[in-house]
Amino acid sequence: MAETLLEIRNLHKSFEGVSVLKDVSLSIAQGEVVVIIGPSGCGKSTLLRCINGLEAVDSGEILLRGERISGQKKALHLVRQRIGMVFQSYDLFPHMDVMANLLLGPIKALGKSRREVAEEAERFLVRVGLQDKAHAMPGQLSGGQKQRVALVRAMLMHPEMLLLDEITAALDPEMVREVLNVVLDLARDGVTMAIVTHEMRFAEAVADRVVFLEGGDIVEQAPPEKFFHQPETERAQQFLDTFDYKKS
Amino acid sequence: MPDQALSVLLKGRNLERLLGGLGVTLELSAMSIVLSVLLGLVLGLIMTLRSSIIRAICRLWLETIRIVPQLVLLFLVYFGMAKTFDIQMSAETAAVIVFTFWGTGEMGDLVRGALTSIPRHQRESAAALGLTKVQSFRYVLLPQTLRRLIPQSINLATRMIKTTSLVMLIGVVEVLKVTQQIIDANRYDAPQAAVWLYAVVFFLYFIVCWPISLLAGWLEKKWS
Ligand SMILES: Nc1ncnc2c1ncn2[C@@H]1O[C@H](COP(=O)(O)OP(=O)(O)OP(=O)(O)O)[C@@H](O)[C@H]1O
Ligand SMILES: [Mg+2]
Repeated sequence: MAETLLEIRNLHKSFEGVSVLKDVSLSIAQGEVVVIIGPSGCGKSTLLRCINGLEAVDSGEILLRGERISGQKKALHLVRQRIGMVFQSYDLFPHMDVMANLLLGPIKALGKSRREVAEEAERFLVRVGLQDKAHAMPGQLSGGQKQRVALVRAMLMHPEMLLLDEITAALDPEMVREVLNVVLDLARDGVTMAIVTHEMRFAEAVADRVVFLEGGDIVEQAPPEKFFHQPETERAQQFLDTFDYKKS
Repeated sequence: MPDQALSVLLKGRNLERLLGGLGVTLELSAMSIVLSVLLGLVLGLIMTLRSSIIRAICRLWLETIRIVPQLVLLFLVYFGMAKTFDIQMSAETAAVIVFTFWGTGEMGDLVRGALTSIPRHQRESAAALGLTKVQSFRYVLLPQTLRRLIPQSINLATRMIKTTSLVMLIGVVEVLKVTQQIIDANRYDAPQAAVWLYAVVFFLYFIVCWPISLLAGWLEKKWS
């Protein structure tokens, strides 16, 4: 087993007295792709947001390479430089062109030189099929193109892991694939990821491990072959059934 | 007749006086606008704070400048202050104080509106990139705020320029007052000149404010 990259221990989180995550423990190994699935409102986004400190945890702790990153405020930006995140909403900065969006983090947060990053950014754009969009404004891109740029923007920070929160949920169906292909490509490259998605076929293809979250609890976790075909728990089975369209 | 007005305008130092009056108008406006923009940026930031006391104070400020006519504020500051607290100030100072008080309130509200209209996920994605709070403000939030803000604040500026005509009522001799003086002095020689001289004032305000509105419109289009 590879080295543990991220470890979540007994995480609790509630909003206005309503408990959203109840004693969640999860560890993710270096290079592992963990897909988190579960019904709407079960706390998937909250879990990812706790990992990179967008939400403060109530109790429990989160360790990155054995180093505690939860429960502190000051150096949060340093933690976030090591953990990339892409959201469901298109979140490119609308006043900057694609290249400026890509370079902002590496130049301002990491203090790299424009020249060294620009070259890498261009290579990345080629890789995701957007070489001709370097100087387009976000408003001129399709949803799928925006999400690919957002992925490149996160990757240019050379994060130790990537958090993806339903990055295709707001896309038209024909654009989902182009984005998910990029994620598959990253997975093949050994990028450690925690992915929240409702695309079950994609989840099965990309995951090393599936984590089923319900009501703020991890109900079941298993390799995808097992989880999608012989889930152990009744609740997981019921959840998976909601994705099947059987003729009745 | 227009030719009467023209001869009045060209008589003696009338034209020079008129332009001098315009200069006073522009000077008062420029000072008030610059102060309002600077103070308004700070006020707008303060207005986004959650403290209920600060909110109440800002609310009161805004209601005051929106409900009370600017003329009343001018009288209050110029005559009221002088009488009650024995503070002597020039009419120009009083005017700048009142217009800055008004402009800062309005500008603050524009800044607050622009800041809060930026979607939450913009701040979150800047944070997720590992930028510090100051960096995300500087590179992500501020530029977007300014884009929303600049067209609106230019409109505010033209409103302020126009409203400075009120200061003649506390004795500042600006462009409108000069015009009145010229009309009064020529009431018998050129009784028809008045309407044309006011037309000249109209024109002067127009050439000052029109380019500014054009700029606002152009920026709005460019950034939308
Ligand atoms: N900032 C917040 N304040 C109050 N309640 C919140 C907040 N964020 C999330 N919640 C609540 O916490 C619960 C879990 O939300 P979360 O967004 O983590 O769910 P999710 O699993 O990502 O759902 P979805 O699949 O719909 O995205 C929901 O009931 C939600 O209403
Ligand atoms: Mg969610």
